[in-house]
Amino acid sequence: MEKESAVELRNISKSFGKVIANDNVSFDINKYEILALLGENGSGKTTIMNMLAGIYYPDSGQISVNGKVVSISDPKVAYELGIGMVHQHYKLIDVFTAYENIVLGLKEKNKDARKEILDICLKYGFEIDLDMHVYEMSVSQKQTLEIVKVLYRGAEILILDEPTSVLTPQEIAKLFNVIRNMRDDGKAIVIISHKLNEVLDISNKVVVLRKGKFIAEVDTSKTDERQLTELMVGEKIELDIHRDEPIDLIKRLEVKNLTVLNEEGRKALDDVSFEAFGGEILGIAGISGCGQKELLEAVAGLQQIEPGASIIYTSPENTEEELVGKSPRQIRELGVHLSFVPEDRLGMGLVGNMGMIENMMLKDYSTGHGLFVQTKAPKSLASTVKTELSVDTPSLNTPVRRLSGGNVQKVLVGREISLAPTVLMTAYAVRGLDINTSYTIYNLLNTQKKKGVAVIYVGEDLDVLLALCDRILILCSGKVNGIVDARNTNKEEIGLLMTNLKGGN
Amino acid sequence: MTQREPLYRITKNDSRSFLSAALIRFSCIVLALLVSALFIFSITKLNPINVYISMFKGAFGTKRRIWITIRDAALLLMIALGLAPAFKMRFWNTGAEGQVLVGGLATATIMIGYGNKIPTALLLVIMLVVSMVAGAIWGFLPAYFKAKYNTNETLFTLMMNYVAIQLVEFFVDVWDKKESHSVGIINANNNAGWFPAIANQQYLLNVIIVAAVIVFVYLYLSYSKHGYEIAVTGESENTARYAGINVSTVIIRTMLLSGAICGLAGFVEVAGISHTISKQTAGGRGFTAIIVSWLAKLSPIVMVFFSLFIVFLDKGAIQIASDFNLNEYASNIITGILLFFILASEFFVNYDVHFGKRGKQV
Repeated sequence: MEKESAVELRNISKSFGKVIANDNVSFDINKYEILALLGENGSGKTTIMNMLAGIYYPDSGQISVNGKVVSISDPKVAYELGIGMVHQHYKLIDVFTAYENIVLGLKEKNKDARKEILDICLKYGFEIDLDMHVYEMSVSQKQTLEIVKVLYRGAEILILDEPTSVLTPQEIAKLFNVIRNMRDDGKAIVIISHKLNEVLDISNKVVVLRKGKFIAEVDTSKTDERQLTELMVGEKIELDIHRDEPIDLIKRLEVKNLTVLNEEGRKALDDVSFEAFGGEILGIAGISGCGQKELLEAVAGLQQIEPGASIIYTSPENTEEELVGKSPRQIRELGVHLSFVPEDRLGMGLVGNMGMIENMMLKDYSTGHGLFVQTKAPKSLASTVKTELSVDTPSLNTPVRRLSGGNVQKVLVGREISLAPTVLMTAYAVRGLDINTSYTIYNLLNTQKKKGVAVIYVGEDLDVLLALCDRILILCSGKVNGIVDARNTNKEEIGLLMTNLKGGN
Repeated sequence: MTQREPLYRITKNDSRSFLSAALIRFSCIVLALLVSALFIFSITKLNPINVYISMFKGAFGTKRRIWITIRDAALLLMIALGLAPAFKMRFWNTGAEGQVLVGGLATATIMIGYGNKIPTALLLVIMLVVSMVAGAIWGFLPAYFKAKYNTNETLFTLMMNYVAIQLVEFFVDVWDKKESHSVGIINANNNAGWFPAIANQQYLLNVIIVAAVIVFVYLYLSYSKHGYEIAVTGESENTARYAGINVSTVIIRTMLLSGAICGLAGFVEVAGISHTISKQTAGGRGFTAIIVSWLAKLSPIVMVFFSLFIVFLDKGAIQIASDFNLNEYASNIITGILLFFILASEFFVNYDVHFGKRGKQV
């Protein structure tokens, strides 16, 4: 079959100040084809698609849609050209129903809208309840709604930005099915991703970007994970996580009957009990918002804990301490460290407007006498972290929010490890990091494990959880839905535990 | 092309060099002077150069004028300094006006009540303490409710201004013996509780007090543990809690300080400048100080320049109005144009604007 191009991008460049996001990028998006746009964070994948969607405007270069040169000056023009983008952060109105969100902003009243929407769902296999409010929906339902919304508005060219990052394996399979249906119907589809196995699974063609530049275009059938990684990173890298058998397990934490209410008064954690051992990495899996954050925060003393719970910590001197009721500072001084990296990375562990030095003293600025903060120790710590973890920063005083995601992460992890914890809790430690830095972080965690630290790792990528952790605890709606041996399980089993709460347990 | 290109595009530029930023700011001021010159000429047919000279003379023309400019700038600066800790904590204290007023009211109370009974030196110390306590109370109330019930501090502090105004009105009527609805000059016969002239300069003590506050606020915000806690809390309350900071304590403590410094400004105004109290005592400075604080990006040192600049504009405007027989609104337009361009320069420092043809940029 002759390939019919839907979009032709020619010599597109875009820069933000001195940062060049896209440099002379050219490729085609074809009908009847799924194109995977592959690249690490900061490689310019989303930027170039935002230019198609009318959110940014290119500095130079030419875009043609269906053979005609166009100027996409705003999102409305993109809609008129049949380009629809589903962003990583959904743009839905919580208090509206699915139906209201779909027709929102359309000028003409269409009596048949409801029927037409249902036809679209039927055609491609979407499952959607049009009268459900967005705030009642799961992440996967919201995503379905976003896709149906752009389809109803006549999108022939569909761009999905990291569509799988928040889905379970089962939901991903379902999503891929509808994407294939849409392709077979003649739509041109772009998936932005950095997950190789998914790219290989779903796409027909892969375009690789690196540092804003076009690197290669390959047929999916003629490539493999190793080649794609090399294209993406620009060098050969070792993709295996070295996992040692845990030795000398010492019980560090014993959590019993932990219940935490969220702001609405519902149970964010429901009767959670588990143990964590020094010398092993305990992974925590679950679809997003199932209590992972609350669990770590509760242990760190940042959550109001319901009565009846106990968290016993065994110190290296073999004394037992009850953590419930202690302040965050007291818990930290015992050696239980939360190096939390929440949604926006700079939310909790670091202060974005401060430089490395000031961030180094975040946890111990108050030690020592006197009214003034001591900067000598944090200064030397900052330069140690900078050299040992090769943090790329213009100076130790540059605000950390100006650093790239990977460097921010290194600053945070560097500080946490320097404090010599006995329990190290991390959440989403590699979110948004490039492959090389991710592996640096995994190695750092493994080193901590070998030192006898009890590492608790909340992760999103099941492949990594399976390769890195010794045991995996699965949270489902705030309950512990199983603790499995990471060496004897698989993605499907964990995926099921993430979504289906076991009865009578 | 099937569609026109957009007329201009805006992109963020985080990494501008100091020199380039300074150049942009400088060009904006030049542009502002040109635009106001155009305005002056087209509306009044006056020679803009003469107008600018008269403006300068209004603020710095004679020794006395220089001192008045310094005196007013010092007062404005003091209030801006008081706001700085609160703003650094992202606590939108719009209540400086009220905090200054109650500070002034407390000062006036002591002046009237003990004017003849205590030596002036002691009187000054008592007034200083009492004015700070009064301002601190006005700062404490909104902070307490913010910390305890997460009330909106902007509205709360704003409303506290009106309470302060009514309180002053009430006491003015209590003290007013001639039913003129004014207390007149307090202790006009014996100058009890007035700032003494130092080295023959009537307003030198004002400057000394403000200088001390600058040093204090600078050290407090940049080097103290409290300052560190304020910075972290301002960035994110969650981060602060995570770092083991007691957020409620920091909010209340910082607002006590912020209110106390504003109260101190009330003391300087009443004992050091006007020697009277009325609802006009704060005179809108509590709001002008917000501009000073933000223009200086909360840096105490830079605030010195901006408070001088704002007072200069104010004095200059009055001078042109009288020199050229303009109505005062015309000269206010000129200062408005200057301020507008200075504020706008920040936009051009932070963003690049690309016009028309691709590749070109301004």
